[in-house]
Amino acid sequence: MTGTITFRRKAVDRAMKWAFVLCACLVILPLFLIFFDLLIKGAKELRWTLLTDLPRPVGEAGGGIANGILGTVVITCLTMSWSVPIAVMCGIYLAEYGRGKFASAVRFTVDTLTGVPSIIMGIFGYILIVLPMKRFSAWAGAAALSMIFIPVVVRTTEDMLRTVPTTVREAALALGIERWKTTLFITVRTASAGILTGILLAMARIIGETAPLLITTLGNQFWQTRLDQPMASLPLQVFSYAISPYEDWHDKAWAGALVLITMVLTINIVARVLTREKK
Amino acid sequence: MATRSGRNPKDLAFEKASAFFAFVVLFLAALLFAVLLRESLPALRKFGARFLVSGTWDPVADQFGALPFIYGTLVSSFLAILIAVPLSVGAAIFIDEFAPPWLKKPVSFLAELLAAIPSVIYGLWGIFILVPVLRDYLMKPVTKYLGWIPLFKGPAYGPSVLAAGVLLSIMIVPFILSVSREVLATVPQRQKEAVLSLGGTRWEMLRIVIGQHCIPGIFGATVLGLGRALGETMAVTMVIGNRPEIFLSVFQQGYSMAAVIANEFNEAGGIQLSSLILIGLLLFLVTFVVNLAAKWILSKMVAHASRGI
Repeated sequence: MTGTITFRRKAVDRAMKWAFVLCACLVILPLFLIFFDLLIKGAKELRWTLLTDLPRPVGEAGGGIANGILGTVVITCLTMSWSVPIAVMCGIYLAEYGRGKFASAVRFTVDTLTGVPSIIMGIFGYILIVLPMKRFSAWAGAAALSMIFIPVVVRTTEDMLRTVPTTVREAALALGIERWKTTLFITVRTASAGILTGILLAMARIIGETAPLLITTLGNQFWQTRLDQPMASLPLQVFSYAISPYEDWHDKAWAGALVLITMVLTINIVARVLTREKK
Repeated sequence: MATRSGRNPKDLAFEKASAFFAFVVLFLAALLFAVLLRESLPALRKFGARFLVSGTWDPVADQFGALPFIYGTLVSSFLAILIAVPLSVGAAIFIDEFAPPWLKKPVSFLAELLAAIPSVIYGLWGIFILVPVLRDYLMKPVTKYLGWIPLFKGPAYGPSVLAAGVLLSIMIVPFILSVSREVLATVPQRQKEAVLSLGGTRWEMLRIVIGQHCIPGIFGATVLGLGRALGETMAVTMVIGNRPEIFLSVFQQGYSMAAVIANEFNEAGGIQLSSLILIGLLLFLVTFVVNLAAKWILSKMVAHASRGI
């Protein structure tokens, strides 16, 4: 009797083990499928001119996504130019001085902002910049993206500063170094690799953001370096090519997506390597 | 510690400067909420609570109700949770309990990479790979044999609430997986050993400790995943079909709150724009409450675990 029960229990145990293995496989499978399809379909249009030429009308061979790549670089740099100082300083405040009600309120706000869907940040940029200026612009896109960028970097900066042992700060203070110098040149520098990782991960995230840019920068078929004009960006180009009814534009969407994922993953992996070496 | 009056003025200036930037963040969040509220007021005044229950979306007659979008958002997110939670929890258990040591890191790294893929790429892959596969190998056979069930009624076009749910499930897996692993890590090792020492099999051990310790935490992870799914825009827009109607069948096209904002915002003006912003405000409030709930459940869970030992 007990023998059969034991057999049943063992069989269930083994079956469940394989069920967990299957779960893990199914979780990883889409990643391989997506990369596989990106490589196969993206390689078809992947030529040097893709990275150097402007888009061409449908039916014309060739043409590229150069203005989109430039636009993505410009909008990302613009966003980071003011978001990095704001976010890092806010993170320093929370980690080094952040006690009391004001700090808790800021922390709660940052947590809340992290969970807000990115399209809503697009609405923010639209109302604040597109409506008064009466045109879509890179400024509006950067305003929207900074609302995504800032909370992520505040969080990681605070966390990274908190990993710096108090003894390091005390040692510096005991040497008679002023507190602000200790914070800036000892504590922040000790945590710099971690802070940089946070910045890079947030950067990779905003490079791939599409929804907020759709309603703020709009996109553009041509070169545009003026920040108060509609500007192209790589994710937007992938989107508009993908939903178009033309076969050769679909190929361009795949090629653009391959370029985009290469940028995003490269930054991601660099970010991870940075903290790994530190450990 | 120096007294406040005796403090180095440069230190004080630096503290004030950093506090100023913290205030900037607080101000930006307040500004976000304020502009959403202000711009959605016209629609709120005109439609009131009717906005939530009306299914008409008619830009010509200036009549707007958000029900089809709320419905599509809820159903696609619910489907995503239904698929993603068992898979993520199972994968988390695999990584923590069954995987050989050399395999743990690569598997969790690959799952994290899923979170790094931009949503427009998910959408692209959804349109050209996932939707045709689902249509030909799942929706067509099912409508043929089970089409009499309202939930699976045809015809199967391809773009559908189901496709959005499946795509969303892939996107939220990394979040549920990582939180599930944290939750599993709160189980006291000696409790696991106790079950094993009494002659329990590995599965019985897992069943007992998960049943005792992890259910609230896994629920918290689920709610967190829900918060992610509700606001996802591009991927859903590209595969859900964008049709503002309510169908019981998950094989039919639908629409979502985020998708309608993305699609109609640029051509909208007046009361339509205000209605779209009101949908945005609703989405903001819903994700806020959902994320808050997840955080509350998870913090209680961790406190409970540390007390329980």
